[in-house]
Amino acid sequence: MAEKFDVIVVGAGPSGNAAALKLAESGLSVLQIERGESPGSKNVQGAILYSDALEKLIPDFRDDAPLERHVIEQRMWVLDDDSFVGTHYRSDSFNKEPYNRYTMIRAQFDKWFSERVQKAGALLICETTVSHLLLDGQRVIGVMTDRQGGEIYADAVILADGVNSLLAKKAGFHPELKPKNVALAVKEIHFMPQELIEQRFGVKGDEGVVIEMVGKITKGMMGTGFLYTNRESITIGVGCMLSDFKNQKITPYELLEQMKAHPSIKPMLEGGEMKEYTAHLIPEGGFNAIPNLYGDGWMIVGDAGMFVNAVHREGSNLAMTTGMHAADTLIELKSEGKEFSAANLKRYKARLDESFVMKDMKKYKNMPDVFHTNPQFFNDYPDLISQAARTMLTVDGVDKKTKEKQIRKSFSQRRSLFGLMGDAFKLWRAFE
Amino acid sequence: MSVVVKVEEKLFQNRYKVDSGRPHISIIDEDKCRNHCEAQACTVCCPAACWTAEANGQVTVISDGCLECGTCRIICDEHSNVAWEYPRGGYGILFKFG
Repeated sequence: MAEKFDVIVVGAGPSGNAAALKLAESGLSVLQIERGESPGSKNVQGAILYSDALEKLIPDFRDDAPLERHVIEQRMWVLDDDSFVGTHYRSDSFNKEPYNRYTMIRAQFDKWFSERVQKAGALLICETTVSHLLLDGQRVIGVMTDRQGGEIYADAVILADGVNSLLAKKAGFHPELKPKNVALAVKEIHFMPQELIEQRFGVKGDEGVVIEMVGKITKGMMGTGFLYTNRESITIGVGCMLSDFKNQKITPYELLEQMKAHPSIKPMLEGGEMKEYTAHLIPEGGFNAIPNLYGDGWMIVGDAGMFVNAVHREGSNLAMTTGMHAADTLIELKSEGKEFSAANLKRYKARLDESFVMKDMKKYKNMPDVFHTNPQFFNDYPDLISQAARTMLTVDGVDKKTKEKQIRKSFSQRRSLFGLMGDAFKLWRAFE
Repeated sequence: MSVVVKVEEKLFQNRYKVDSGRPHISIIDEDKCRNHCEAQACTVCCPAACWTAEANGQVTVISDGCLECGTCRIICDEHSNVAWEYPRGGYGILFKFG
């Protein structure tokens, strides 16, 4: 007779770790299966950690979590070919503990998180790939791994297997992802002396800066670039919808290289040594692309469930929160002596609906479509904005009123007055 | 603006444990790539340049440098011609920083 657990969690990223931690703390027998050599070795993120979700799971996480810098300044840049227009928001209130957000390095963070999970009593096996789910009719009864005698059984399986979500797909729980529902992000990490980062970005100690970028760097594709300061390194990357990469026939590492060569970005990377190049898909299909999240003996959490708020660049916090709710659902059912059937696991969905997770996903449900069908937001506007700034800031003997006229004209020529009004309306509706 | 990029130099910085002789990605029907797919988007959009459009129209894949993102499988939405599994446990890309 093969071993049987209360719950098997597939994956040791933020959602799987959150679920396994909660379950183990409540005394359920938990097996967590990770295909990497250690937790984090298959995982990629920007990465920004929002404190709130983790704090609910591990209140004292700041004591020993491998955090890089707490973010005190957020920059938003709109770039054209050789310039940028930007807003910088820096506040000393971000310097008051407890800090609200941090930059982090995922391979290190996931390892640390997993150690906490194991301390709580979950059993972790690494270097093990789950090839498919074991089904009894429609009911999930365990997993098949690539280890010898690879069948392992459980009363419930939590699928925290990441954006590709192969297991649910193979079981027929949801169809293949569509290119318009995922973004492809590529990034590099550049190491440089801590003092150089502090000088360059005007920070001291553990203070950090993040820069989000839109404009010409994405060649009209729906997407953003980003630069995050870590303690002794800088993460630089760019992500765009996979459908746009496909339609425009763009090679991701060339896009990244061109972005790095931008005259406003290049100086920030000088003196650094590139130590790793990564690529990853981000599930950005939004609310309308969320798959069925539960069934007899199974639940989906994190990226596998499309839980990313692309507008606010949130993902790992949604992952942890969905993992937590999945675990709480099982803990509750177990204490009531109820089975993990689809009818009972419905409570997981109800919990999510009540939480900020579904409320936020719902709020922005039209955002992906608005941007997919209106490329001007990533194309014309960044161009027009930097042209406008250049016109106003160039002192050349032309009076300011004439300059204003020129700017107005450039906008209405490019987009027409109705186009401009329509765009404002579309954005307002999508953000509403 | 054109920048020459050698993706091999990027991938060289990464850590891999290659499962020799057991590629985790393969083409299901080579004829489909050669004769029924004009775009061959996998050969353009793979972030690790695992896919090559050969001169004879054939598409080939060598997954040693794969970053396991899933792009090639999802981008092949019209033909669903990519057999894509995760590498065996412990093999494939091993991110140092992620």
